[in-house]
Amino acid sequence: MREQILSIIEKNSRIDLRELAVILGAEEIDIVNELKVLEEEGVICGYHTMIDWEKTSIEKVTALIEVRITPQRGQGYDKIAERIYKYPEVNSVYLISGGYDLMVTLEGKSLKAVSSFVSDKLSTLDGVLSTATHFILKKYKDHGTILTKKYEDTREKITP
Amino acid sequence: MRNPLADKVVEVKPSGIRKFFDIVSEMEDAISLGVGEPDFDTPWHIRDEGIYSLEKGRTFYTSNAGLKELRGEIANYIKRTQNITYDPDHEILVTVGGSEAIDLVFRAMVNPGDEVLIPQPSFVSYEPCAILADAVPVIIKLKEEDEFRLTAQELREAITDKTKILVLPFPNNPTGAIMERKDLEEIAEVIREKDIFVLTDEIYAELTYKDKHVSIASLPGMQERTILINGFSKAYAMTGWRLGYACAPRVIMEQMVKIHQFAIMCAPTTSQYAAVEAIKNGDDDVASMRESYNQRRRFLMNAFREMGLKCFEPYGAFYVFPCIREFGMSSEEFAERLLNEEKVAVVPGTAFGDCGEGFLRISYAYSLENLKIALDKINCFITRLRNEKRV
Repeated sequence: MREQILSIIEKNSRIDLRELAVILGAEEIDIVNELKVLEEEGVICGYHTMIDWEKTSIEKVTALIEVRITPQRGQGYDKIAERIYKYPEVNSVYLISGGYDLMVTLEGKSLKAVSSFVSDKLSTLDGVLSTATHFILKKYKDHGTILTKKYEDTREKITP
Repeated sequence: MRNPLADKVVEVKPSGIRKFFDIVSEMEDAISLGVGEPDFDTPWHIRDEGIYSLEKGRTFYTSNAGLKELRGEIANYIKRTQNITYDPDHEILVTVGGSEAIDLVFRAMVNPGDEVLIPQPSFVSYEPCAILADAVPVIIKLKEEDEFRLTAQELREAITDKTKILVLPFPNNPTGAIMERKDLEEIAEVIREKDIFVLTDEIYAELTYKDKHVSIASLPGMQERTILINGFSKAYAMTGWRLGYACAPRVIMEQMVKIHQFAIMCAPTTSQYAAVEAIKNGDDDVASMRESYNQRRRFLMNAFREMGLKCFEPYGAFYVFPCIREFGMSSEEFAERLLNEEKVAVVPGTAFGDCGEGFLRISYAYSLENLKIALDKINCFITRLRNEKRV
């Protein structure tokens, strides 16, 4: 049941708990308890809202930044990752395999705000060897949701 | 001018669904729960294989029976799901949807006057296809108290000297009924004893919400007298690709292939390439769609319980078949009023046979959001009907 709960609320965290119980054929109290456990265990880390900021009048710029760093003795990449993720404008920090070490996603009010963060804060950190900044021009799909098109039911209305 | 038409065809009743379809399609903002096909798009990796086959220029006929690779994969699939062995070279035919296979079976097997047993409520094609093949359709009326299963007694009572084929349409459209192993064993005993054949239409085989589907062909002594029909439409959400298949003993299959060869030539090539991908790598897609259907099924059953609307719990396909007898009107009347007053379209049970009177087919091949809106409206409607009755 755990896996089913997670896969449903991953797509719709606002689902009514009574309804969740109905569609999983479970008791509501069991769902409530399971969610509590999942939260306590840190399996569920938060309930966020997916927003397509493009469709609002609010300006936002998102950048993906590749960061190459020198790992530090005894602490590997963790210490420097921590120094980066503590900035509130940083959305996510991943350690990755391949040509560079950290993938940082950043949200800023403007191109200028993002580039000054990169040049002033990020690239001046001890241990950061180089950065490469990619600005996102258009989001087609995010968190498994296609943003460019709305679902349309094109089936015939009545079929045998 | 001479009569341009064949009497036999003219006498076939037009589909009961057609009439309703015409009313609904006039209505712009109707919410429909009347669709007999999945709401999911065909999974992208399957569509991609179809596109890729076109890019590679695979635009020619395949062999009459279908791509060898596809027939091989169908044989593997039936082996792994039902533990039945079919020879892909002589016992499997790829058809234009399961519907073509139904037509072929009657045309290949029936002599004029032979009786074909058709349990109803069931899919709209069996009866007309049997008539067009000069068979005499004999209807077995399934009952709600049996959860719309076919019982051995009902079967035994319907069999005469002329009976040749039993149609076994489970998991069932429109009732959602299934036949489990013990039910099938009882039926199989009668079939062997009376020496008749079975057309088992298992197009919804992947969509069961209890135990896994059991094919009657897997029971002892049954493969030699069974024609198994399945396809890609429901399991992989591929209705528009028009691709099904039949598995049958060689002696029957040879004649089915002959008709198919002259009437159809071969099933669409693009669809066949896509189907190879579906049957090889589509299990996860099927599992996740099945889970979604099951959630919606539970949602509907709960909603009916809360409304106090009588409905037996179906464990197959994507339909529920609630009973509306308490309102004292015919299925058609109910469906028309529901459409006119609440703009919700459902299909009257009578579209699937006279014994569907008193029932409605409601499809849950819709998103939960959609079902919620529609169910609220149905609830308003029946509350109003109950109040009317009281006054």
